Amino acid sequence: MTEQQGIIYQGFPSKEELLKIPGVPSKERIKKGPVACIECVQEIPCNPCEEACPYGAISVGKPITNLPVLDEEKCIGCGTCIAACPGLAIFVVSVSGEKAEVSFPFEYYPLPNKGDEVWCVDRAGKQVTRGKVLRIIKSPKYDATAVITVEIPAEYLDNVRSIKRLERGNK
Amino acid sequence: MKRADIAVIGAGPAGLSCAVEAAKAGAKVVVLDENLKPGGQLFKQIHKFFGSREHRAGTRGFRIGQQLLEETEKLGVEVVLDAAVYGIYEDRLIAYITNGKDHTLKAEKIVLATGASENALAFPGCTLPGVMGAGAAQTMINVNRVLPGEKILMVGSGNVGLIVSYQLMQAGADVVALIEAAPKIGGYGVHASKIRRAGVPIHVSTTIKEIIGEEKVEEVVTIELDRNWQQIPGTEKNFEADTVCLAVGLSPLTELAWMAGCEFVYIPPLGGQVPIHDRNMETTLEGVYVAGDITGVEEASSAMEEGRLAGVACAESLGYYDKIKALELKNEIWNRLDALRTGPFGEGRFQAKLKQVNARGQLV
Repeated sequence: MTEQQGIIYQGFPSKEELLKIPGVPSKERIKKGPVACIECVQEIPCNPCEEACPYGAISVGKPITNLPVLDEEKCIGCGTCIAACPGLAIFVVSVSGEKAEVSFPFEYYPLPNKGDEVWCVDRAGKQVTRGKVLRIIKSPKYDATAVITVEIPAEYLDNVRSIKRLERGNK
Repeated sequence: MKRADIAVIGAGPAGLSCAVEAAKAGAKVVVLDENLKPGGQLFKQIHKFFGSREHRAGTRGFRIGQQLLEETEKLGVEVVLDAAVYGIYEDRLIAYITNGKDHTLKAEKIVLATGASENALAFPGCTLPGVMGAGAAQTMINVNRVLPGEKILMVGSGNVGLIVSYQLMQAGADVVALIEAAPKIGGYGVHASKIRRAGVPIHVSTTIKEIIGEEKVEEVVTIELDRNWQQIPGTEKNFEADTVCLAVGLSPLTELAWMAGCEFVYIPPLGGQVPIHDRNMETTLEGVYVAGDITGVEEASSAMEEGRLAGVACAESLGYYDKIKALELKNEIWNRLDALRTGPFGEGRFQAKLKQVNARGQLV
């Protein structure tokens, strides 16, 4: 039996679902510099992302079940929205030559250290490539959600969305 | 005998919100709760809540609990803990036990905010140590800081199953799989995505065939289900696990409402038999109100709004608010409640609540 694709069957959005939503930036925009990628595909009552964006680049409006709409021209890829999303569904992506960067929310201890080489995983948790931790932001404003940026080969830009959880020291 | 304007039974999100709202209006409120600590399930919600700014979206649940407790304290609400209410008698006389002694409390208004309890599931091996409710596991990790096991298999893909799986991993456990009997995931996709990214497989159309273990859970055998919910032989899978968490729905805790004599209506999407209430959250018994999961299982944000609604309505009925002020406040709350009950996940609950409110008019 082949597994049915899509968020309600697999628990993560399919490529087709991601193409249809208004929160994902265009390929052209991604080439121009860091930009938010809002992978919110279900109409749930939620809108903190709208308020979090200091540039007014995300709109939800009324009803609050609307999918967030990204204004890719206004977005500068600052990443403020990443930790604001209760669904941990916002990422910031950028590409430069052979390298790409992906920023994502991370709520597991221990956190990696800057400069660490780590396994990067896709939406299904599959280890797809090694990557280098460039930044870890822990702001009180983020309320314990760390925002991690990894550098990966550009070909994995659309796939990498987190890192493999690190072993706990006491286990 | 103790006296109060309003007696709230249950110090969870609905009960505390109700108490705060009524006390703000000037009412003397007493909250009774059988637990040793107030807050209900709020203090184990370590994730950021959904909703809008008015629902305190983006704030972690336990912080909302802290804020509610601070408000109740500031407003002089009396919260009696370790107080098990065992009876509601004529003229709104409440009997409860605290410190091993009987007490009575007479109130002008009673608000039942008793919440809900976890459903169980029967299968071979379900009585082995290591099988527990997902909510129980959540209490262990987030309140008591005890890991129930190292390798967890989660049953049920509603938001409880998805969120508790995530939190078990945050606490240091591994979740070997999440299974769901229905052909699709029940909870929010974003919650499912979090655990998929962390490497947890989700198997839909799958249930537990049996648990293997001598004195505790050692191995779980799952099996796929066909469209008629029948097990498909040959599709068994074995998972090594020491803990099985059941997140298979909740049922409203309605005993006190039955005892008091409230009329009920059967609405399966809300968790079964639920007390009928009007748009003020008042039941068919004058002066007895309900709020939160007892009125139908939803989530903390709607429980808090229902609590506020009951609080405003009680205060109005006792003369602390005039009709116009009360209407204004109630409309604001209803707008926020309606917002939480929209979209593909909320629409069913919106219709169910409508049916519950309309049921009152259909009583003979």
